[in-house]
Amino acid sequence: MMHKILIVDDEPNILLALEFLFKKEGYEVYIARDGEEAMGIIDEKHPNLVILDIMMPKVDGYEVCKHIKSLHGEIKIIFLTAKTKQSDIEKGKDLGADLYLTKPFSNKELIHKIKVLIT
Amino acid sequence: MINNGIIIAFTFGYLALLFAIAWFSEKASVKGRHLSNHPFIYALSLAVYCTAWTYYGSVGRASTNGMEFLTIFIGPSLIAPLWWIIMRKIIRISKIQQISSIADFISSRYGKNITLGGIVTVFSLLGIIPYISLQIKAVATSFETLRTLDATPLIEAVPFFQDTAFYLSLGLALFTILFGTRKIEATAQHEGMVMAIAFESIFKLFAFLAVGLFVTYYIFDGFSDIFTQSTAQGLDHLFLLNSGGAGTSDWFYMSVLSMMAILFLPRQFQMGVIENNNEKHLDTAMWLFPFYLLLINIFVLPIALGGLIHFPTGSVDADIFVLALPISFKQEWLALLVFLGGFSAATSMIIVSAVALSTMVSNNLVMPLLLINENFQKRYQHRLSSVLIWTRRIAILCIIITAYIYYREISAKFSLVSIGLISFVAIAQFTPAIIGGIYWKKATRVGALMGIAAGFMIWFYTLVLPTIVTSGYLPEDIMTVGPFGISILKPYALLGFESMDFVSHGLFFSLSTNLLLFATFSLLSVQSSKEHNQAVIFVDIFKYSTILDTSIVWKGQAYLPDLKSLLHNFLGESKTKSMLDDFFRKRNKNIGASEYADAELVNFAERLLSGIIGAASARIMVGSVVKEEEISMNEVLGILKETQELKLLNEKLKIKTSELKKASDKLKNLNERLLLNDELKDEFISTVTHEMKTPITSIRAFSEILLDEDLPEEERKKFLDIIIKETKRMNRLIDQVLDIEKFDSGKQKLNLIETDIRIMILQASDSVHHLFKERGIAYNINIDLPEATIELDEDRIKQVLLNLLSNALKFARGYVELNAFWQNGTIHIQVMDDGPGISDDERAFIFDKFFQAKNQTQKKPVGSGLGLAISKKIIEYHGGTINVERKDSRTVFFFTLPVHPKITLAEKANSYDA
Repeated sequence: MMHKILIVDDEPNILLALEFLFKKEGYEVYIARDGEEAMGIIDEKHPNLVILDIMMPKVDGYEVCKHIKSLHGEIKIIFLTAKTKQSDIEKGKDLGADLYLTKPFSNKELIHKIKVLIT
Repeated sequence: MINNGIIIAFTFGYLALLFAIAWFSEKASVKGRHLSNHPFIYALSLAVYCTAWTYYGSVGRASTNGMEFLTIFIGPSLIAPLWWIIMRKIIRISKIQQISSIADFISSRYGKNITLGGIVTVFSLLGIIPYISLQIKAVATSFETLRTLDATPLIEAVPFFQDTAFYLSLGLALFTILFGTRKIEATAQHEGMVMAIAFESIFKLFAFLAVGLFVTYYIFDGFSDIFTQSTAQGLDHLFLLNSGGAGTSDWFYMSVLSMMAILFLPRQFQMGVIENNNEKHLDTAMWLFPFYLLLINIFVLPIALGGLIHFPTGSVDADIFVLALPISFKQEWLALLVFLGGFSAATSMIIVSAVALSTMVSNNLVMPLLLINENFQKRYQHRLSSVLIWTRRIAILCIIITAYIYYREISAKFSLVSIGLISFVAIAQFTPAIIGGIYWKKATRVGALMGIAAGFMIWFYTLVLPTIVTSGYLPEDIMTVGPFGISILKPYALLGFESMDFVSHGLFFSLSTNLLLFATFSLLSVQSSKEHNQAVIFVDIFKYSTILDTSIVWKGQAYLPDLKSLLHNFLGESKTKSMLDDFFRKRNKNIGASEYADAELVNFAERLLSGIIGAASARIMVGSVVKEEEISMNEVLGILKETQELKLLNEKLKIKTSELKKASDKLKNLNERLLLNDELKDEFISTVTHEMKTPITSIRAFSEILLDEDLPEEERKKFLDIIIKETKRMNRLIDQVLDIEKFDSGKQKLNLIETDIRIMILQASDSVHHLFKERGIAYNINIDLPEATIELDEDRIKQVLLNLLSNALKFARGYVELNAFWQNGTIHIQVMDDGPGISDDERAFIFDKFFQAKNQTQKKPVGSGLGLAISKKIIEYHGGTINVERKDSRTVFFFTLPVHPKITLAEKANSYDA
């Protein structure tokens, strides 16, 4: 069975790049442009992993993270954000994310970490 | 029968009785039984007022002037109810100020002045010594009358050592010295003396009532018999008010005179004030003393009338009727009693007067004069108390001996009928200074001095001078035609006042002149601060009773050991210690706290000494150990001014403090703002980096894909295109950041050119028109502007327009409108859209840099977040304003451009920095 990954980001180009990368690795990929859309997909599709940006319209990444943790404890979460402040990283980890990665990122490294998380 | 020996034995026996009474009282007092501290004793001691002159002289006066003798008793009786007001105040002042005599009282009131105290003392001596000699004369005459059993004795000129009167005088002096100078404190009560005087008062009353009853009920058949017989003999003018010799005005003057006498005669002051133990005794004295006067006067008229009826006219001196009547009726034992009664009246007066006068002499005359001399002070400073007490003893002896000499040498030749009254007039001269002093704060030393001096001169001229003339020492012309023939200066008729009795005349002129000068000079002269202090204390004594020591303006320093040794000299070591301990205990002060005495302690010490050596001397003594700086009124004002200035300074300091606080608040504010600016800058930088990371992330991701993957040509091209777009986006962002930085720092320059706004608007609209079309949004333009060009940076304004239009395009649901119009010399441009709008609390920040990213994690769907911030800067640089509002469910961005915008870049820059 194919692992399902949800990518949440409001930057279309980043979505495009990540979708391309993950599909090539053989994952089933879903995309969401804001937090609201993301929560709908999570509830519906139960992805194995969610790649989360933090700063997004409507509902931010932290909220989405809380939502996942309260309803779908098994789903892995990776924060992928340009926010590099230590306080932001702490907050993300406190909320129960598995990884906190900062933009810009290395494609290979990202893929490697995902593989470690979901196999 | 009664012989010389018996009389002398009884006389000296009586004196011995006085000694015994005094001695036992003092003994009892030592054991703590203060017999004299009783209102009855106090009232009886006041009866020292009734002297031999009263005892014998009243009858004499009644025999010639009728009822007029009563005035001497009406005055005191009338004033008695006022004692509660006047006497109580004087007593309170005297107790608190430790006043020892009337001279001390006046001197204290007027700044503890030596001159004034001395003058009062001298005048008192002048007024009282003849009065004492009169007592001696009365004793001598009555003694002679009794001895010879002759109603008209001729006093033989015997040498003084054979004269009984001389030995009696010595005996009295001894008694006075023994019981009047036992204690060094002049203010201390002489309990033995007071008891003896009280006894004498009872004794003389008893004797006089006895002779009165004898005359009325033995010689005559009661009062009605006497008056009937008198009327038959044509003596009724003596007891009918409308036919007496004296005018009504004389009654008035005599009453007023005796009112003053009862208060201020030195012996009255001694008994009434100094010997007073309790102000409440006045309550009893106020009725008991007038009652005593009534009793002692009941039989005056009957005895006078009896004498006049019994003795052939002129055969017996009316002054001796009291004694002559029992003698002529062979009642020798009664006569002896009467003699002893007269003797008691005389002795009480002599004793008390001598004590009072000797205190004045020592405290207000001798001590100040001695103490002024520094050499004396140095030599006798450890023996001052014995100097003082011996001064007093010698003074007593001198006064009594002087009175005796006066009696021997002068009284014999003088008509002494009115010496008592003349003495009263002398004492009356103190009234203005005393009464004025305790009720009028403005009364000054100069006023008192001038008043008293002038009063005495007139007293001497109108009352003493005539007696000298009568004695033949001066030509009669002075009396009959006036000195140097000036009739208005006739001593008995100044300014032509001839109808008055000579005593009334003297009293009127001396006292009115005294009063006039006292008031005038008081108003004209200025008090020193010391004097003013005393004036306030005297007048407001009931306010100051408790806080006296602290209420005095005084500056200076006293070395405590010096002050102590000064007190030792007068009080002795143990008493000094107990007094000081008491002082410190009462004020909760530590005795060893300082080696310097404070003002309160110095004043306390001065008052202690005051009670011993008088106020003026005490001041000198304390002054010798206190490095006192003389305080003038100016200095007091100076102190007040300093206080005032200090207050002002304090006020200024307060203002300065508040200014400082304001400044520090300002600084704090600025610091906070700087910190905020710093924070804002940090935030700006973090936002800028965040914003830059977005395109970089895309660029890197796609670059890596392109590097790693072998992509079909189409996809490769698509990804490369994204990279280029993201690069452009980054470039744009960098430009904008630099832009805003330039505007913020004021380095931005406008490229001003004449521009037709209408054309500019149409050009901007053209460039976005297709975007509206693409999204299917209606776009309307309304331009209502005159055809004119204005100076502006066309590119920048176009940038603003495009920014607003693109924002409108993003949020509009279906409609965007642009309006441009002219109003009040400015161009107005509005961009409206029908989008959801901006919430009220966000509207205020919408023009801030990166507003969309500030303090939040939610991204707003607005471009870089710098567009509106830059737009605002551009408009403000043109001198216009930009704002946003919600109107009719439309979002309206609008900006204004003044037609002649004053563009001052530097100015603007500064205002933004702040």
